Amino acid sequence: MTPLTDLTAHAAIAAIDAGDLDAAELFEACRTASAADELNACTWTADDAPDLSAASAAPLRGVPLAVKDLFCTAGVPSQAGSKILEGYLPPHTATAVRRVTEAGTTLVAKTNQDEFAMGSSNENSAYGAVLNPWDRTRVPGGSSGGSAAAVAAGLAPWALGTDTGGSIRQPAALCGIVGLKPTYGTVSRFGMIAFASSLDQAGPMTRDVTDAALLYGHMHGQDERDATSVDRPDAIALPTAQRLDGVRLGVPADLDGEGVEPGVMAAFEAALQTAQDLGATVERVALPHAAYGLSAYYVLAPAEASSNLARFDGVRYGQRTPADDLVSMYTHTRHDHFGDEVKRRILIGTYALSSGFYDAYYASAQKVRTLIARDYASAFAGVDLIVTPTTPGVAFPLGAKTDDPLSMYLEDYFTVPISLAGLPAISLPCGLSDGLPVGLQLAGPAFSENRILDSAHALEGAFAFDSTPSRIGGGR
Amino acid sequence: MSTAYETVIGLEIHVQLKTQTKMFCSCELTFGQTPNTRTCPVCLGLPGTLPVANAQAIHLGLMIGMALGCELAPRSKFDRKQYFYPDLPKGYQISQFDEPLCSGGEIGGVRIHRVHLEEDAAKLVHAGASGRIHGSAASVVDFNRGGTPLAEIVTEPDIASAEQAGEFLRLLRTTMRTLGVSDVNMEEGSLRCDANISIRPVGQSELGVKTELKNMNSFRFIEKGIRAEVARQEALLRAGQTVFQETLHFDPRSEQLTSMRSKEESHDYRYFPEPDLTPVQITPDMLDRARAALPELPAARQARFEADLQLHPDTAKLLAWRTELGDWFERALAASPAGQDAAAAGPLANWTTNELITRLGADVDPAGSNVTPEALAQLVAMVTAKTVTAKAGGQVLDVLVEAGGDPPAIVEAEGLGAVGGEDALAPVVQAALEANPEIAERLRGGDMKPMGVIIGHVMRETKGRADGGEVTKLVRVQLGL
Amino acid sequence: MIDRTQVLHVARLARLQLTDPEVDRMSSELSSILGHIEKLSELDLTDVEPTTHVVEVGSALRADEIRESLPRGVAFDQAPDVDDDGFRVPSPQA
Ligand SMILES: [Mg+2]
Ligand SMILES: [Zn+2]
Repeated sequence: MTPLTDLTAHAAIAAIDAGDLDAAELFEACRTASAADELNACTWTADDAPDLSAASAAPLRGVPLAVKDLFCTAGVPSQAGSKILEGYLPPHTATAVRRVTEAGTTLVAKTNQDEFAMGSSNENSAYGAVLNPWDRTRVPGGSSGGSAAAVAAGLAPWALGTDTGGSIRQPAALCGIVGLKPTYGTVSRFGMIAFASSLDQAGPMTRDVTDAALLYGHMHGQDERDATSVDRPDAIALPTAQRLDGVRLGVPADLDGEGVEPGVMAAFEAALQTAQDLGATVERVALPHAAYGLSAYYVLAPAEASSNLARFDGVRYGQRTPADDLVSMYTHTRHDHFGDEVKRRILIGTYALSSGFYDAYYASAQKVRTLIARDYASAFAGVDLIVTPTTPGVAFPLGAKTDDPLSMYLEDYFTVPISLAGLPAISLPCGLSDGLPVGLQLAGPAFSENRILDSAHALEGAFAFDSTPSRIGGGR
Repeated sequence: MSTAYETVIGLEIHVQLKTQTKMFCSCELTFGQTPNTRTCPVCLGLPGTLPVANAQAIHLGLMIGMALGCELAPRSKFDRKQYFYPDLPKGYQISQFDEPLCSGGEIGGVRIHRVHLEEDAAKLVHAGASGRIHGSAASVVDFNRGGTPLAEIVTEPDIASAEQAGEFLRLLRTTMRTLGVSDVNMEEGSLRCDANISIRPVGQSELGVKTELKNMNSFRFIEKGIRAEVARQEALLRAGQTVFQETLHFDPRSEQLTSMRSKEESHDYRYFPEPDLTPVQITPDMLDRARAALPELPAARQARFEADLQLHPDTAKLLAWRTELGDWFERALAASPAGQDAAAAGPLANWTTNELITRLGADVDPAGSNVTPEALAQLVAMVTAKTVTAKAGGQVLDVLVEAGGDPPAIVEAEGLGAVGGEDALAPVVQAALEANPEIAERLRGGDMKPMGVIIGHVMRETKGRADGGEVTKLVRVQLGL
Repeated sequence: MIDRTQVLHVARLARLQLTDPEVDRMSSELSSILGHIEKLSELDLTDVEPTTHVVEVGSALRADEIRESLPRGVAFDQAPDVDDDGFRVPSPQA
């Protein structure tokens, strides 16, 4: 019989409803797996089973959930992968976590991440690098690398991640799971330790598209605590599509495989063929400014981050380096407890906002953001979804890019422009390259999550990608 | 012959808005509570928290803009003003940079540059030194005040003296108080003022180097501080030295100006649009509600008193700028048996601003005294009708202030009614003429100078209850003039 | 290009202590990143509106209603240094 930790959440819920599975049993299986985690995917694991009586009556039946470290969870360490928040226990819980908990999920683990979500390999964590369950010499991607590894390895059937420039989609791709980055504003950011406020968005990381729809359906919705959250009453339907008849797919005109690994390109082209076999049409779309996305992103995100991270000053919470004078207390506290990538981005962002440079950097980047959003708007006048590989390559060896920030940034080449436009996109595994998962990214217009999930569901059926943890090697 | 200098002053006034809760969170606004008992994850700047703007603060901001005749922005947009200080939990203050809620405007002859909304800083208590700013090893932060809604009002450099600055601030304070948007209490810090001060030779068009005088917490100190700084600058220039741009702190005890340069440093606030707050459209409905909430303001009230009641400008100003006094006066006028016209209003206003105030004390609200508006109105009507003399009226008012009561009853009890009319007064006048034959002669001869002697005599006899005019009339009759 | 002096200036604004080797490393790493960012200057951005909020949302305001504040103990709980009255810091004047 299959290990409980191989079950998807919807399969587990079905089994619980059928009386074949006890929620406490499932929780204990995941808790044990998380506690025995060898991938360094978890920064905290529940030490005993909670009372599931209330949860098992709720729609999600007490199914265990792993949550990225940067989501504040009352009384549970919430450190955003940073030394400066070591041991921090928030008094409040993030709205997204509260909602899925009220819907019946049970917190089993907090997951590792790049510090303050800054990174694409999970090597920027104060709690150490996370290993990719497909090949432990390689990175799981980032910044939600712990969540991706945990789900792929069967430590939890599903997890919450956050995506600023690709932090859900890229690790999902590198770990062979499904990751949905919803339309900006559909999921409350309240309780998410901020990286870049105008880009951050929470989303589900799951083992299949159905679970992504199921979890997202309980995450989204306006929140009075987040003034940028939007009021979109439309419910999220569980996807059923088997075919793609009439679905118009667009491929960026400049996607000529340059900079993309051959194996990834091959898997992508095979995926396009599958889509056509399912009835979709494929055409080229022009996104003339997408190529400027990374440049704009590496102004906007660091600028906002430099401001969002100013609150870590050693006064009200977190770590402090004692000093006799105030300025030394500030500067040493921040020097001693921020990692290199965080320091780099704080400095870039401060520079971009400093007097004399604002127009050349921040203002220009905001204008490029406008142009990119326009590109997508006109592209979606002609097609329903835009498809690309999620990443230019598969999971790379640990340490391969740590000395070259720029090459690391290029990991997000296909995901960043979509984030700048605030659009929803999903990454789902479409095949293997050298035995490592390749992600396919489907992006749609704002609030088109239902269509994206439905199309992804049809493709998923045709890809028949096997993400069974026990066959991948798991975390134990 | 030495150059004459003129002073140029611009003010930056921070007014704490009178809302129930803070600007961006739902913590209760309080004063003098136990430190750090009015905080939440948002106003402590805990990781992962977000601001949500208080609708009432924007409403009050719009009222201020309307009251000062400003142009109102089509939307309320917030920005981050970034600097590190322990009283600033997020490392930035949410303020308004390039799109203030209100711009332009004028009040009391001083042009308003802009009015914008922002959040107040917390209170940094410098341990050991009560309120003083210099030399104390550790400090303690109290976040109760942090996040209080503020309206920052910035004037143009239209103010020419310390006195005018004080005058302007008094008008502004009354206006804010009348609007009900703030307690505007300097001692409690709900009204705070910084002054930008420079001087220049009379006739020179470009401004001199300005210094900023910070945190002056009373009207007296503001005027004192400005005078001290103007004197300091003038002394420098006369000595051929130069004024440096700096921020100064005025210590009212020592009356010393000390540079706060230690706290200052090359400021680069790195303003950028607050990504956590979407701009709020100012809807016609919001404007209507703000307009509907506007009461009559001191300046308008003074104008009305001058135009409709023909009050002397000084009297009108005194009544209009002290809202509670103006309200009391208008209640008295409404109750006046002599009617509500200028003829009745004039004497009543004078009795209120002179007789009553001098008896109660300059800053006392008559509403809290024994004198009811109705009583004073009645008394003044009696004086005007000459049934009581002004002098006796004053005695009646003494009684009213002392114990309150009903003027006619007091006049009766104290026997203060005027002695008037032929039959009552004629015999007294006759007696006076008989007692002073030679005076009577001179009067008969047309020399009216000694009339006073007769009047004095009659007054003595009637204990001052006779009317001088009446007496003169009777003298003329009895002497057949 | 961003040289040592600029790195130190920006680090001061950001209240970030940097060791000498860190200053050198940052100045070269930041320069290469800024080099990539320079790509923005290829575009003519005159009369392009900047985007701050990419998704149009209605104006979210809060009703002026009081909610329970945190108990003092909870507010102090995570602080590195508190006394009876509040959060202790080295004096800004020291
Ligand atoms: Mg201000
Ligand atoms: Zn609060």
